[in-house]
Amino acid sequence: MRRVAVVVFPGSNCDADTLDAARAAGADSYYVWHRETDLEQPDVVILPGGFSYGDYLRSGAIARFSPIMDAVTAHARADGPVLGICNGFQILCEAGLLPGALMRNARLRFLSRPVRVRVEATDTPCTHLYRHGEELVLPIAHGDGRYVADERTTAELEAEGRIVWRYIGDNPNGSTRDIAGICSAGRTVVGIMPHPERRTASIVGGTDGARVFLSLEAAHATQHAGDVRAVGGHHLGLR
Amino acid sequence: MAAYRVEIRVMPRAALLDPQGQAVNHALHALGFAEVGNVRVGKHLVLHLDAPTPDAATTRARAMCDRLLANPVTEDYELLVEAA
Repeated sequence: MRRVAVVVFPGSNCDADTLDAARAAGADSYYVWHRETDLEQPDVVILPGGFSYGDYLRSGAIARFSPIMDAVTAHARADGPVLGICNGFQILCEAGLLPGALMRNARLRFLSRPVRVRVEATDTPCTHLYRHGEELVLPIAHGDGRYVADERTTAELEAEGRIVWRYIGDNPNGSTRDIAGICSAGRTVVGIMPHPERRTASIVGGTDGARVFLSLEAAHATQHAGDVRAVGGHHLGLR
Repeated sequence: MAAYRVEIRVMPRAALLDPQGQAVNHALHALGFAEVGNVRVGKHLVLHLDAPTPDAATTRARAMCDRLLANPVTEDYELLVEAA
């Protein structure tokens, strides 16, 4: 059972769904208020969706200076998994933990509907239980979801396989290269605009998002197995 | 120390799509302002601060823009500092 900290900002509104989704996947998930400075030793940190600080100035611009963000940055720098969903993704970009920015949707409308995305990277802590190329239906709910970055950055994301999810069929918001989600160079910081936490049970329309949370939960087992192999291979001199 | 008034203009990068500017452009055309070629929508911030010199006020205001008021990925800014 992994410890999953869900950070709550003033204006977060997907925190309860995110906490439940992590819990349903087997995690010990708990809230951390943004004014705190201690994440209480989490294995995973999730920044949930919503409208932190009313999206004033720019989405995520003020939340990224919340006191808890120093601890989130330290966790990320120590290769701890961090997932930002929707407004959480915007905050990670504003904080410089992910490159680029999320701008107003190309057609200006706030969009709240299911979209199709393809999983394009399965070597992240959030996607290792998906098949590469698998197509999912996940809901979006955002006004500022158009991912932008300079040419060099997008080329780098492409070359390093850091575009984790891409919109397929219709690009809802004009996002560069149909980007729906990306990860950091170290692959442990992940941001996604659609809401996997809203598709974790058939009764709410599907389970395509559940494996994001199951992946985060199972990463522990994988890591542990890796440790055992390292011990077996090197320290004990076995082949 | 003297009081300064700083006007900050934050604009979306020229190379980036500005859907707000496009929507305003369309609305102006619909109203018969056919001469309008291009519209971009940005932000205008006005703040008051105390500093020892105009240069010091400018330096501080630039630091504010770089850290918070403008996003270096998507926006450019210009400052105007004057005695308040």
